[in-house]
Formats: sequence, structure tokens, C-alpha cells
Amino acid sequence: MEIDRADGRTPNQLRPLSCSRNILHRAHGSASWSQGDTKVLAAVYGPKAGTKKNENPEKACIEVIWKPKTGQIGKPEREFEMILKRTLQSICILTVNPNTTASIIVQVVYDDGALLPCAINAACAALVDAGIPMKHLAVAICCGVAETGYVLLDPTKLEEQKMKAFAYLVFPNSILSVLPEVSSPAKGEPVEHGIITSVTHGAMSVEDYFLCLERGRAASAKLSDFLRSLQSQFSGNSSKAG
Amino acid sequence: MELPNAYEDLSSEMEVDAFRRLFPLRYFERHLTESIRPDARPLRKARDTTIALGAVASADGSALAKIGSTTMLAAIKMEVMTPSLESPDEGCIAIDFHMPPICSPNVRPGRPAEAAPVLSKQLSDTITSSSMINLKELSLVSGKAAWIAYLDIYCLDADGALFDAALLSAAAAFSHLQIPVVSLDSDGKIVIMSEEQKEKISETKPDNKEKRKLTLSTIPFSLTCILYKSYILADPTAEEESIMETLVTVVLDSSGQLVSLYKPGGSVLIYTSAVQVNLLFPPYIVMALEICRDLYHSCRCCFVIFDINIHA
Repeated sequence: MEIDRADGRTPNQLRPLSCSRNILHRAHGSASWSQGDTKVLAAVYGPKAGTKKNENPEKACIEVIWKPKTGQIGKPEREFEMILKRTLQSICILTVNPNTTASIIVQVVYDDGALLPCAINAACAALVDAGIPMKHLAVAICCGVAETGYVLLDPTKLEEQKMKAFAYLVFPNSILSVLPEVSSPAKGEPVEHGIITSVTHGAMSVEDYFLCLERGRAASAKLSDFLRSLQSQFSGNSSKAG
Repeated sequence: MELPNAYEDLSSEMEVDAFRRLFPLRYFERHLTESIRPDARPLRKARDTTIALGAVASADGSALAKIGSTTMLAAIKMEVMTPSLESPDEGCIAIDFHMPPICSPNVRPGRPAEAAPVLSKQLSDTITSSSMINLKELSLVSGKAAWIAYLDIYCLDADGALFDAALLSAAAAFSHLQIPVVSLDSDGKIVIMSEEQKEKISETKPDNKEKRKLTLSTIPFSLTCILYKSYILADPTAEEESIMETLVTVVLDSSGQLVSLYKPGGSVLIYTSAVQVNLLFPPYIVMALEICRDLYHSCRCCFVIFDINIHA
């Protein structure tokens, strides 16, 4: 059965993606990422000397500053900051530059649903632009579960409000490595099938969650390809980092 | 990791406490290979959990929950407010989570804990999305007056699994909550009746004659686990949380719905092929369900016992 979406997309169709990098002159790395009308700007400053208090000085520290479109930072933004920080910590190689801090500033330009996944993608592109050492890239996606059990990908703000529940999922991007020993730790199973981050809102059945995972994972391959094509597109340009 | 043998040798030469401080991860790994944790628990066992209802006499509902030494005090204060135009026949719940400096050495006086606003948001998300409380029950006069429940949770001792303890104390406080008696005064305002006024109840027109309780349709229960290599450690202590960083919190409600699966970053969760999606982390889900059910039964018993005490 077909579900009507206001913008005529199929349930598994993502909104048009666009990304531009190296757009800020003072930042060490920057990127803007948009999915449909949702647009986020991310800037990376660092690595700077020293870590914050209560952080392990043997590792690099990651600091995330979330700037909402208007108004003061509140509890939801604090939660986003924390999720973003933990997610980026797990994809960066923190032991290369011990006792340094990388600041990631996320500026929301427009929120039309799937804001956190968009911010994670933007931050990831900005980290690449800044040349921060990373284990692999990450792609984030939002899956909405409708009242009837349908799963919609990348919902807009309007669709998000009508949803019974939704899940933000972050998958790792596959590693293209020339080193034979860099293979997935589990026997024969690709890395991109794991989950880095999962945040859900609203109650859903366990089956619905698995359905979300399956759909999200399938769509994340498309996002991964997009991110990778960007990388090769920009690799000709000289990086400002360093 | 590079010199496992060196550590191995040191562990036999060094005092246990020194080894624990110098090589915390190694110390834990040595325990994990023996399927035991430093506090003598098996890997998948939660700590002892207790709930005491009515810990705060001045609040309308309160509870003190302990999971091991993690202690949470939840208290609810009811106030009358004007409902919003969008939902004229619904009350609302305002949740705040506090981490005073007494709870942990990581919280310094003067600067608020980073985790507090995040946990507070997580709690209100979970409580609203689990549909534990029917907000319509908090309505007094449609469009005119409704209850606002101020739920404050104080962390008295932060020894890991904060969210689990906070959610447990919140659910227990709601189960203990008694909505006070109110009446319309001559000016058309709603006033909370004191004990003496109750005797004159016939003179005024009370909106609800007796203190009433909320019906909790489903009760959410959460379990936090550490994922480390192939080990799953249920209900971690603060020490374990600081050493092994991948945490997963699963919240299920009593009807078996998944309210939240929260994993902020950390190492990649169990690998699986696309075909075996249904087999993805079954041991984890099954175990979480089991422990949640155990917790749920013990808590339900607590609630029932306390109910009897209140009515007696």
C-alpha cells in the first residue's frame, strides 16, 4: 500500500542532499549540509592545546557547541550536544593528538525535521575538511514510525509531528582500506551493519524498531556513497588544516 | 594493550589496589574473563533495588529509589494552572533533574553537572512517550483549570545507572501521588483545601471530594548496560561507566513496547548481516526484558504493599 507524503516522496526516499565544504575562512574546517529544507552549518576549530577539566589528557577532547537558529540553548540542545559529542568521540582517533581539544560549532540554519541526523552529517563532513584523524565516517538518518506501522525515512517537520515514534540512527561508513588487516572485528560481517548511535522518541514495538534499522541501514548506503563522492571531489583541493 | 605480558607480570607483583588504580581496564578484563565483576556480581545481574514511598512529607507524592548505592529522591508538587489553548482538557508535567555536588566527586559546587539537563530531557521524553500518565486525568475544569505536576528528582548518590534509578523513582512517585482536594471559592478561583476546611466541605462546591490517585496505564522500566568487546554488563557502577564507555539504555514498558533504545556513541553495536536483522542483539533484548520483568514484579509488589499501608 502507498502512503501519501506531502512532497510526493516514496517512504524510503530521502530528500535531496547537498553539501559544501570549506565555506568559512577562519575555521580549520567547515561544512554546510542540507537535507531538503533542513540545513546545518558546522565549523571545526582545532586541535587546540590542552583539554577541558575532567577530561582524559591522554586522549584528544571533543567539544561540541550547539547554536540554535533563534533564542537560548535549552535542554533539547544540551542533549543534542551530548549525543553529537559521544558520536564523534567514537569515530575519531583520539590517541593521535593527546591533550588537545577540537571544538565543533554547529549552527542550525533551518529546521525542517531530522535535525540531529543532519547535524551529525554536517559535523562529520567538517571534521574531514579539518583533517581530524578519524577511524571511519558516520552517516546519520532519521526513521519515523507512523501510527499504522509504516516506516518513513527522513521525515519533514510536519511529518515528524504526525509520527507515533521516530528513531535517529547513526551507522558507520564502510572502510576502504589498502591494509588487509583492517577488516571487521566480527567474522565476515560488514562494519556498516553496526550501530554507533541510536536515539528513539515515542513508544514502538520491538519489530518496528528492527524494521527502522533495516530501512535505515539500506538508505545509509546511499548517504555513504554521497559522502564518499564528496570526499573524492574535494580531495583535489588543498586542505587548510595543518 | 601493547605489552600484555608486562601487565600480566605486574599483576602478580603489585598490590591489588595499586593495580586497580594504574591499569583499571586491565583490572576489569581480568575479572571479566572469570565472568565476575569486582563487586562480586555476575556480569548480567543488576544490583539490589529498593523503593520507599512517601519519603517527603510536604510533597503530594514522593519516593526514594535505590539501585545499589545509586540513590534518587523524587517528589511531586501539584499546582493549579490554566491549560494551554491547544489542549484545554489536559494537565501537564514539568520534570527537573538535579545533581547537587554531594552526589559525586565529579560535580563541583557552583557549576552545574553536564549530565543533569540531558537526563532531565531524557526523563521527560520517556515519561511522555510511554503514555504512563493520561494527561486528561490532570484536568479540573476544561479550558479553565488543570493540574501541573512539578516532578523534581534529586540525585543523592551517583553510582552509575542514573537514568534507571531516576525513572524508577519517578514512576514510584507517580504511583504514590495523591491529587489534593480543591474547591471553587466565591470569586470563582480554585483553592486547595486544607485539612480543617474539609469539614466544611458541604458549604463550598468541591470539584473532587476525596484525594484521588492517578491510574498508571503502563509503567516504563529501563536497564542500562555496558557493552565491552563481547561482554554485556548489566546495571554498571560509576567506576565501570568511567572505564568502559559504551552504554546502552533500553526502556520497555509493562506492555512490552520499546519506549527508548538510547545509545549515544561508543563502539559499534553487534555486527550482523542484513538477512539476520531479526537476530540482531537478541541476547541483549531478551536479557533486558527478563531483568526488566524481574524489576517490574518486585516494584509492583512494593507498590501493592505500600498501597495497603496507605489505606490501612
